[in-house]
Amino acid sequence: MNPVNYLYLAALLFTIGATGVLVRRNAIVVFMCVELMLNACNLAFVAFSRMHGNLDGQIIAFFTMVVAAAEVVVGLAIIVSLFRSRHSASVDDASLMKL
Amino acid sequence: MSATAVHSLWTTAATAADPIARIDAPKIEYGQLSPVLIVIGAAIIGILVEAFVPRRSRYHAQMFVSAVALIAAFAAVVALAARGYGTTKAGITAMGAVAVDGPALFLQGTILLTSLVGLFTFAERRLDPEQHGTRVDSFAAQAAAVPGSESEQKAVKAGFTTTEVFPLLLFAVVGMLVFPAANDLLTLFVALEVFSLPLYLLCALARRKRLMSQEAAVKYFLLGAFASAFTLFGIALLYGYAGSMSYGTIAQVVDGTVQNVTPALANTTGNDALLLVGSALVVMGLLFKVGAVPFHMWTPDVYQGAPTPVTGFMAAATKVAAFGALLRILYVVLPGLRWDWRPVMWGVAIVTMLAGAIVAITQTDIKRLLAYSSIAHAGFILAGVIATTPSGISSVLFYLAAYSFVTIGAFAVVTLVRDAGGEATHLSKWAGLGRRSPLVAAVFAVFLLAFAGIPLTSGFAGKFAVFKAAAEGGAAPLVVIGVISSAIAAFFYIRVIVLMFFSEPRPEGPTVAVPSPLTMTAIAVGVAVTVVLGVAPQYFLDLAGQAGVFVR
Repeated sequence: MNPVNYLYLAALLFTIGATGVLVRRNAIVVFMCVELMLNACNLAFVAFSRMHGNLDGQIIAFFTMVVAAAEVVVGLAIIVSLFRSRHSASVDDASLMKL
Repeated sequence: MSATAVHSLWTTAATAADPIARIDAPKIEYGQLSPVLIVIGAAIIGILVEAFVPRRSRYHAQMFVSAVALIAAFAAVVALAARGYGTTKAGITAMGAVAVDGPALFLQGTILLTSLVGLFTFAERRLDPEQHGTRVDSFAAQAAAVPGSESEQKAVKAGFTTTEVFPLLLFAVVGMLVFPAANDLLTLFVALEVFSLPLYLLCALARRKRLMSQEAAVKYFLLGAFASAFTLFGIALLYGYAGSMSYGTIAQVVDGTVQNVTPALANTTGNDALLLVGSALVVMGLLFKVGAVPFHMWTPDVYQGAPTPVTGFMAAATKVAAFGALLRILYVVLPGLRWDWRPVMWGVAIVTMLAGAIVAITQTDIKRLLAYSSIAHAGFILAGVIATTPSGISSVLFYLAAYSFVTIGAFAVVTLVRDAGGEATHLSKWAGLGRRSPLVAAVFAVFLLAFAGIPLTSGFAGKFAVFKAAAEGGAAPLVVIGVISSAIAAFFYIRVIVLMFFSEPRPEGPTVAVPSPLTMTAIAVGVAVTVVLGVAPQYFLDLAGQAGVFVR
């Protein structure tokens, strides 16, 4: 199969993730959409790695996974602390500082 | 390369006939990387201190470890620069991952000094009244406790303090040290995350106004993660374009001078869409960290909600690191593309300068006002970036050094002006401050004049250098717009000074806390650097001039 198709899939997943970040209102779902974007990047890295015949892209995919895991730890801690103090994880409710 | 040849890269089927070439151990130049290694070592020691040292002595232990590490790392940077690693012996270390050259060492030195001053404001424990017999700093007693709950009161009563902020600060510094020195895209991305993640956490740790602080952290985190996902996709596309993560190789492919184009690359190297979209996405992520206008929405909220010492540190050091990385991307990776990126950066710089200055006029909160002022300053620095000349690099380096000390000093002053609810950040409460405590108001006025770029302050020297470089680089219209928006910005800086000195103090106005020597040192360093760089900038301009050459 033509590896370019995987790139189209990666771009599609990335777009779905970015759209989700923009339209969804629950902080957890927004965060999941960011993770989808990171995974789309991983798919692109691996597809390019296959096309170029070098392993850099696959190594980077591992790094991305580790970074994403670290981001989950930090992000969930922040979102959970927000949820516990407000009983809501909606990003629309977080508006104390609007002008 | 055929499919079977590719597969042989990760299967062992071919080993019998065609053994895999010996893998050499990587060669790491520990000496040249020592500033980063010292700080990362201290950060790990800081975590061990958190785990093993009794609670009552943690604060002093953490303070000692962090201060010693930052000073030692700065000494290492100075030693490297003195041995010529910034000029003649500049080179690429750690198997092509990190560049040690003039701009990297200059920015690392700036970041380390700024962080040391930031550390002093983090450690300040005399501003709040004592709670249950313990001195408290600006950070939550227990970050996990729900604000206003019983568990929070228990934690306060027990005298808990969040000493984890010191290792978090050090980890953020590690990322910031590597960020402007990164010489491949993977290192760039990892450094970006290493300094962002601790900052997200630090934003959530305020002792007062905890809901606002948590909200700031969520906004910063979600938008920051969104921006870094875009950066990563840009990195993927650039990798697809050039077949390599290394800055040097990508630059060669962009220029078309690459020696060994493999047939496998022929599919993608001609594909300019990958290059243009990829570099746009990477630059976008960096502009987000810098706080340039289409990507600035997080800045005011995060600056306002975060604990003020964190805001000061973040505003100063993040900007230095992010502009360093932006300079390296634009000057080392994409110089062959400059006819494409210059018009875009022109637009970004113009919108950033004008929007930052104009929106700042309407602000009523001092921290938000400084946030919009930092956006306007990002625009001024971008004008120097656009110059694409050696003097452009050195003027940006000088501006960053001058700006970071002014910023950290200004936010340190903001921590001093307090009322019953903590810091009194609303501008109306600052009315008549000059009558009540002339010294603090005068110091803040010095910082505001430096922001405005009045002669004899570092702000003037920096702005002059940047605008001169931009004009010589053929961006004269940008300089005109820069001067106009400086004038607009001067209006609201002067308005705050007028408010402090020429209006009657309110009877229920805030008091000015008497800080410990820590914050006093931070503010004194800020004033000293502002005045010295303003009165006698030549030595430092020369230093930045010597440092203004990137290694390729």
